[in-house]
Amino acid sequence: MASLWTDYIWPLLVIVAQSVLLLVVLLVAIAYVLYADRKIWAAVQLRRGPNVVGPWGLLQSFADLLKFILKEPIIPAGANKGVFLLAPLVSCGLALAAWAVIPVDAGWVISDINVGVLYIFAISSLGVYGIIMGGWASNSKYPFLAALRSAAQMVSYEVSIGFVMITVLLCAGSLNLGDIVEAQASSGLGRLLGAPWLTMLNWYWIPLFPMFVIFFISALAETNRPPFDLVEAESELVAGFMVEYGSTPYMLFMLGEYVAIATMCAMTTILFLGGWLPPLAVAPFTWVPGIVWFTLKVLLVFFMFALVKAFVPRYRYDQLMRLGWKVFLPISLAMVAIVAGVLQLTGWAPAPQ
Amino acid sequence: MTVAALFFYVFASICVASAVMVIASRNPVHSVLFLILAFVNAAGLFVLMGAEFLAMILVIVYVGAVAVLFLFVVMMLDVDFTALRQGFLNYLPVGGLVGVVFFGELVAMLMVGAGALAPGAAKAITDPIPPLADVTNTEALGLVLYTRYAYYFQAAGVVLLVAMIGAIVLTLRHKPHVKRQNIADQVARTKATAIKIRRVKPGQGI
Amino acid sequence: MNEASALYPALPELILAGGAMVLLMIGAFGGERATSPMLSYAIALLVVAGLAIAAMPDERVALFNGSFVVDGFAKFLKILAVLGSIGTLWMSGDFLADPDRRKFEYSVLILLATAGMFVLISAGDLIALYLGFELMSLSLYVVAAFDRDNVQSTEAGLKYFVLGALSSGMLLYGASLIYGFTGTVKFAGIAQEAANGGIGLIIGLVLLFAGLCFKVSAVPFHMWTPDVYQGAPTPITAFFASAPKVAAIAAFVRVSFSAFPAIAAQWQQIIIFVAIASMALGAFAAIGQRNIKRLMAYSSIGHMGYALIGLAAATGEGVQGVLVYMAIYVAMTLGTFACIVSMRRNDKPFEEITDLSGLARTNPAQAFVLSMLLFSLAGIPPLAGFFAKFYVFLAAVKAGLFTLAVLGVLASVVGAYYYLLIVKIMYFDEPAPAFDPMGNALRSIVAVTGLFVILFFAYPGPLVEAAAVAAKSLF
Repeated sequence: MASLWTDYIWPLLVIVAQSVLLLVVLLVAIAYVLYADRKIWAAVQLRRGPNVVGPWGLLQSFADLLKFILKEPIIPAGANKGVFLLAPLVSCGLALAAWAVIPVDAGWVISDINVGVLYIFAISSLGVYGIIMGGWASNSKYPFLAALRSAAQMVSYEVSIGFVMITVLLCAGSLNLGDIVEAQASSGLGRLLGAPWLTMLNWYWIPLFPMFVIFFISALAETNRPPFDLVEAESELVAGFMVEYGSTPYMLFMLGEYVAIATMCAMTTILFLGGWLPPLAVAPFTWVPGIVWFTLKVLLVFFMFALVKAFVPRYRYDQLMRLGWKVFLPISLAMVAIVAGVLQLTGWAPAPQ
Repeated sequence: MTVAALFFYVFASICVASAVMVIASRNPVHSVLFLILAFVNAAGLFVLMGAEFLAMILVIVYVGAVAVLFLFVVMMLDVDFTALRQGFLNYLPVGGLVGVVFFGELVAMLMVGAGALAPGAAKAITDPIPPLADVTNTEALGLVLYTRYAYYFQAAGVVLLVAMIGAIVLTLRHKPHVKRQNIADQVARTKATAIKIRRVKPGQGI
Repeated sequence: MNEASALYPALPELILAGGAMVLLMIGAFGGERATSPMLSYAIALLVVAGLAIAAMPDERVALFNGSFVVDGFAKFLKILAVLGSIGTLWMSGDFLADPDRRKFEYSVLILLATAGMFVLISAGDLIALYLGFELMSLSLYVVAAFDRDNVQSTEAGLKYFVLGALSSGMLLYGASLIYGFTGTVKFAGIAQEAANGGIGLIIGLVLLFAGLCFKVSAVPFHMWTPDVYQGAPTPITAFFASAPKVAAIAAFVRVSFSAFPAIAAQWQQIIIFVAIASMALGAFAAIGQRNIKRLMAYSSIGHMGYALIGLAAATGEGVQGVLVYMAIYVAMTLGTFACIVSMRRNDKPFEEITDLSGLARTNPAQAFVLSMLLFSLAGIPPLAGFFAKFYVFLAAVKAGLFTLAVLGVLASVVGAYYYLLIVKIMYFDEPAPAFDPMGNALRSIVAVTGLFVILFFAYPGPLVEAAAVAAKSLF
């Protein structure tokens, strides 16, 4: 009986507690990320944005949440009911599942698996199912067109995301997200310059700068963010795959979308911006806990996401496809070969563990 | 180990059940969705075996890419499966017989074959090549794939290249009157080629 | 540097695969302009690969843990396959001249198919065997449907693909059973374990042979052949009938002798049945045909039956017979198909046998060479085809398979009927309108193969000796 407690129940409780903590923090953070998104957008357009609910509109997201929950969900008569309701759940559940392997500080991760990068990649490639199922089950033309668009778009951009990840893996020598961050702590440009405390320069965003840019843009496309939001382009498809959705299912879709964006920001942080590492390894910076640095970096990346949404006009679909297949794919493929060659020739390749 | 066993039965039974639903469900789109469920559960089984790399690759490649395109096609084609199912009962006895024979052979091979014919063979089949305790299975795969099996790997790559060339040759059509965007042309456009300055006298057209 | 030179035995494969990729780049970036010289680039690559093979030493070299074997046997058959591919490309000029079909991928696919044949011929284990098969077949499926706006060509491609996939499935199932029962995929390892026998291994062997029979189009796995031969564009049919057959027979022989020498008595029975059935079907079913490509399909089924007689003998002489047979068969097939490709009036292809009527009056030279080729296919002395049959029958008799040899002779007598019928139509029927004049490429193929077939009896030594050397390397 004792072994049952120590071997099974206690670890289970720990994992559940960790997950609940992470989810609560994440969801509250998402509420404010959404708020920030709207505020930044408004600021660029010289508007004030949400400013009524709570001080400076800080409670706007919670008001929206209540509104969505209290509305009546409407299922169209021609819809395929099961799939129609499953789609938002899949979308939101998958997005949240990705956070199981994201390390927010040294060792602060729910599941420290060997193939973390692949897990994130797999989950983000599954994300398309929520959209495609929702679009099909609505039994309506605009949602269906949106589903087709999203399937093609997400599959296309996954290819270049995959190659970008491979270049990072080549440099780090591990598929574990924590190890990738640690690999950026010790060696890199800062050390080569004789200034090991300049950890900022060690991070992969400098040596792999082209891949950093490609990853950022592909992440925009993968999460259907503007300027690649052709899946829900209101000028063409009304609201895309979400036309027939309302109330809680709609909210789950929106939530899933923003969680996926947060995941992509976290991945950018981990792969290129040194995760929880402080930018300078000197006294005042090293006192700050890693999670703060991690959060700040994620927010910085999200700020760029938000600015892009505000600044850049929407792409045309053929341009989107051209960018993915004819620009990003060749460049990232060539970079994989170049990075591997450089690592091999200079002997910088990480030793097998 | 009970938890692992429990998870094994969960994954395995969902996998088998959804595989049955793939052929049993009336709606082709549901079939594909069940197929995806079966893939995901198979990935779960891989994880239980300690083959996490294969599990993730299965999800990325089959679920994330292949099945999406498959779903895409099934949704677009609007296949009438009731018509396809017409001959199902006619073929059931023959198909079932073939299935039973193949299954019997496999069972025979697993139960008696490998051990009986070649005593060392059964061990060679089940033994992973480098000991799993020393390296992660991603690394283990990498170590053999590019050294010992480099030839197979490259040959398989060429086979895929042929498939790609074939798909393009047989389907790609260049339609003559389609407007295409040429970024280089657009960028190369200068003021001289793009605009023409005319002096328009007041009260007159051009 | 050391690692690079260790790859020297695989040089021909590397030349073909690498060259095909370079041509792909040239084609993709060069567009329309790059299409016409592509054919000559591909021929040049094949010639270089052929020279590289000829320069290889005769000793057995195994690479990649024994999955890739180069020996005299592989050398002989690879050169044969290269000649088949060169012949095909050589006669494809007119076919590709049509603007709808002017696609550079044709040459690339033929190159990759040839690379697949090389992998197959050199296969030292079941996985390499399967990969070679797939590489070859996948390219063939695509070229069969190459004339994609033509219903018949599309049908040929689809039929070939579906049945080919089925046969690959059988091959794989057989291979996995063999692996399961022996615990190894290497031919040498299987040979050791096979000595213990076992019914499961034999089931695996039967399934493996079924897959192989499909590729050589031997009865009872021949049903795709007539439709595919008829539907595919003629130069491609010539390709199907020549090089892939060589590679598949090579795989057949190599698997039988290097993996299953211990149970030769068992597989001999299978091969004997397959050989008899193929010869009989080839002889009888061809009689009613009106389309010459369909007729050639049945003819090739029959010829595979004769070639398999040599394998059924299960001796070194038998293998030598098979090799000589394949060499002469490739020459006869290429020559005959070059004549069929030239059956065009006003740039439209004609395929009925009656279109040949009175050819002796409209084009006596072509009629003469074609009838020589047909006589040779029928096995009439002193033409090359007679010697081909002679060597396999001799091997069968020496191995004590008298019935098989007698049945073979009977089948070739029946088969002679329909070949002679064509000759009769060419010489004694009222002339049909004349064909377009033959191009130089076709003329050269017809001339070379015709001379080979007619003059072979005068100087058979080199080929027979080379085949003997090649056959010896298997034992």
